Amino acid sequence: MDLGPHAAFIWASYGILVAVLAGLIAWLVLDGRMLERRLADFAARGITRRSAAKPSNPQS
Amino acid sequence: MQSVTQRLANPTRFMELSGRLLPWVSGAAALIIGYGLYLSFFVAPPDYQQGETVRIMFIHVPCAWLAMWGYGLIAISAFGLLVFRHPLADVSAKAAAPLGAAFTFLALVTGSLWGRPTWGTYWVWDARLTSVLILFFLYLGLIALRSSIEDETVASKLTAVLALVGIVMLPIIKFSVEWGNTLHQPSSVLKIGGPTIDPSILTPLLVMALGFTVLFIAMHLKAMRNEILRRRVKALQLAEVERVQAGHLAAAE
Repeated sequence: MDLGPHAAFIWASYGILVAVLAGLIAWLVLDGRMLERRLADFAARGITRRSAAKPSNPQS
Repeated sequence: MQSVTQRLANPTRFMELSGRLLPWVSGAAALIIGYGLYLSFFVAPPDYQQGETVRIMFIHVPCAWLAMWGYGLIAISAFGLLVFRHPLADVSAKAAAPLGAAFTFLALVTGSLWGRPTWGTYWVWDARLTSVLILFFLYLGLIALRSSIEDETVASKLTAVLALVGIVMLPIIKFSVEWGNTLHQPSSVLKIGGPTIDPSILTPLLVMALGFTVLFIAMHLKAMRNEILRRRVKALQLAEVERVQAGHLAAAE
């Protein structure tokens, strides 16, 4: 693909876009996994939310 | 009869619904962006004036739109928190801030890289570029203000007030290209009388804009889910500390 004399500017733009979006997505996925692990750790030690412990109560 | 927003006000219900939606929204974003990239590189012709560098527009313009729409979302969420006390409003505002900052950063960088071959310079201190730079600092200010206050309730209210004050930047950015001398071109898509871009270039731009918008929605849903999980972890940490303290008190008696 020949993008002409300014190809470096085009590739740099798309490269930075991919790097930033990939970084954001990776941060969101890894952050979510870490939080789920911590919640699972609490659950394993018997510490749960009241609403999770009493799913039949709609007010909790 | 509950409204949609009332039904979604329950974080547990939001987690269930967003958990089902997220894979579909993410998949749709990937497909649309993939198709948009195909159109951008293999279908769209070079511009008669800008040549191949017009391909930077296919990412720069969607990023710039999302920079503004992201801030609009934060402002609406801030309004929802301060006026309606919607339980998820603050979660939405907090989740959108880093995403909006990232898209504003990308709009600035890709615009700069587009400006060098087109204008002959990476940067000029004109109204459009400067106002978008201020928007970027505003995003950083919202993030910094929230993280500097330990009390979550106080932090959410103060950032909501700042977000509502900062919304004045959106019309300034929108009309900055019409108010003064600038190298930046005026609006050519969202304008009265319709777009002035040739359909061969407009179509890839709109497909990319749709793809980026769906991607933003997917990332915002994921960031909101993470924020809800973070608040649950924090609540459980407090509950654990209280339980330990109660145990120590009982032992002392």
